[in-house]
Amino acid sequence: MHNPIEAEHRTMVTRHKSSILDYVKKHYFLYILLAPAVILTLIFKYGPMYGAIIAFKDFSPIKGIMGSEWVGLYNFEKFLSSPNFEVIFMNTLKLSFFGLILSFPVPILIALMLNQIRRARVKKNIQLFLYAPNFISVVVVVGMLFIFLSPTGPINQLFTWLTGEPIMFMSRPEYFRWIYILSDVWTGAGWASIIYVAALANVDPELHNAANLDGANLLQRIRHIDLPTIRPIMAIVFILAAGGIMSIGFEKAYLMQTAMNLPTSEIIPTYVYKIGLQSGDYAYSAAVGLFNSLINIIMLLTVNFIVKKLNEGEGLY
Amino acid sequence: MPIKHSGLDRFIIVMNAIFLTLAVLIVVLPLTYVVIASFMDPSVLLSKGLSFHLSDWSLEGYKKILSNPAMIRGFGNAVLYSVSFAILTVVISICAGYALSDDRLKGKSFFMTLFIITMFFGGGLIPTYLLVKNLGLLDTIWAVIIPGAVSVWNIILSRTFFKGVPNELKDAANVDGASEMRIFTSIVLPLSKPIIFVLALYAFVGQWNSYFDAMIYLDNPNLHPLQLVLRSILIQNQVDPGMISDQLAMAEMKRLSEIIKYAAIVVSSLPLIIMYPFFQKYFEKGVMVGSLK
Repeated sequence: MHNPIEAEHRTMVTRHKSSILDYVKKHYFLYILLAPAVILTLIFKYGPMYGAIIAFKDFSPIKGIMGSEWVGLYNFEKFLSSPNFEVIFMNTLKLSFFGLILSFPVPILIALMLNQIRRARVKKNIQLFLYAPNFISVVVVVGMLFIFLSPTGPINQLFTWLTGEPIMFMSRPEYFRWIYILSDVWTGAGWASIIYVAALANVDPELHNAANLDGANLLQRIRHIDLPTIRPIMAIVFILAAGGIMSIGFEKAYLMQTAMNLPTSEIIPTYVYKIGLQSGDYAYSAAVGLFNSLINIIMLLTVNFIVKKLNEGEGLY
Repeated sequence: MPIKHSGLDRFIIVMNAIFLTLAVLIVVLPLTYVVIASFMDPSVLLSKGLSFHLSDWSLEGYKKILSNPAMIRGFGNAVLYSVSFAILTVVISICAGYALSDDRLKGKSFFMTLFIITMFFGGGLIPTYLLVKNLGLLDTIWAVIIPGAVSVWNIILSRTFFKGVPNELKDAANVDGASEMRIFTSIVLPLSKPIIFVLALYAFVGQWNSYFDAMIYLDNPNLHPLQLVLRSILIQNQVDPGMISDQLAMAEMKRLSEIIKYAAIVVSSLPLIIMYPFFQKYFEKGVMVGSLK
């Protein structure tokens, strides 16, 4: 915690040295500590932002970023008018939108349920199990999907026994989204509940006792005590999730893609990877990526605005 | 005073227990299946599925996977990348977090803004790739560990941690004539073991489980980390040809491919299974230390 007198004392000591250079010299050690993070951020985060201007150029690696010709919005128009645009854009939007609808409430439910468990040891053990899938790599998760859902895998043994025919889960486009989203909930929902569990643990038990004395039943106590406690966190988590709705990860979708499920599994990030790094069309692919980031920023600002209105002025910023 | 439960309350409590049990089963069953299947005799697994007769069990899958040179190399590479990444990212975040927690650092809000912008906006995959390529980092370990080494989230976590370290401690040392560097290394750092441990664990696991950077930056198969090797075994169905003698190739491969996959999953998860109990203490810390506001 800060000591106000101390802080004032410090500013008084330093006020004598008016020049910034002197100040930096005096506290150079702090700046040395900060330097690696700043330098690496400038190079590897801001460098690519500068590099993103190739989206407006007819980029050739030989001519370099500066030497290549400007082409204005040509690459963006090319994407927006390409026959793939609508499919890929809608695939991305649907995958993350439906994903959000499922993966936002499930962790809250899990936390509310865990909160009802009174015995600390039992609660802890359940948490230990529910958090575990978060530590399994995406390669292994998708690998398990392929094994379990293969025509001869354990799940299809059941279906074959019931209906006489296996279901081609991984090659039918209509199943892709379901498999993607449900397996996401499997890996992430437990872990995502932590933040709510921690907040609920801070609720004063006296509050529940008092409400109980006043005749409130369990559901009423959850509704009027537990839910309001986690509402600010819900708002923040929702804004971040909805704002990142177009920034869905590349890694899992790419692994789950098979030649047959592409009609629903091709999303903007996998498309960027394929045209950029596999076909070498850098400028076009950078434009598609930039287009995606722009939508993201707009989404983040819009969702934050709406939630702020609905949530009595409590937004992310 | 104990809470009195109505009939409806009791019903809900019972349903709650049932649903939580179901949730645990949904998580545990697939994992148990994989572990048991990895110890099965391959032919039994193909014909009958799981069996609990000891005579139907074998270590064949593990023998195959542990004699696969790509797998061993991948394991070694993954250890190297994950340990170096964890060290690098911890050093960077601790140093930056400490500096940003100190009121005497001028321009603090400028630096914070500089970092936070990168959480929401980036140049994108292609410009980042071209940058790494132009810096000559392709096909080196640096391509995997440096571009992601600065984690804004980790910096915020450690800054929040250091803000909790009482200023009086530092001031006392200052009066005693200790230099800034002495204060940092001999007073602050020994206090920061928990945050160092948390950041290192998460960095290690994150790097251990990732395949994407390695896939785009590392062409040379000798540099591939475990997850890329796993990807070829589990998803692309390429069991290393060296693993199975040529003559028998097709039939033998068909017989073994399932069991090899299960064994590969277990072997690749071993380090995490071993580390998992250590995590337990820090689950909530990791999330809450830098709690959102």
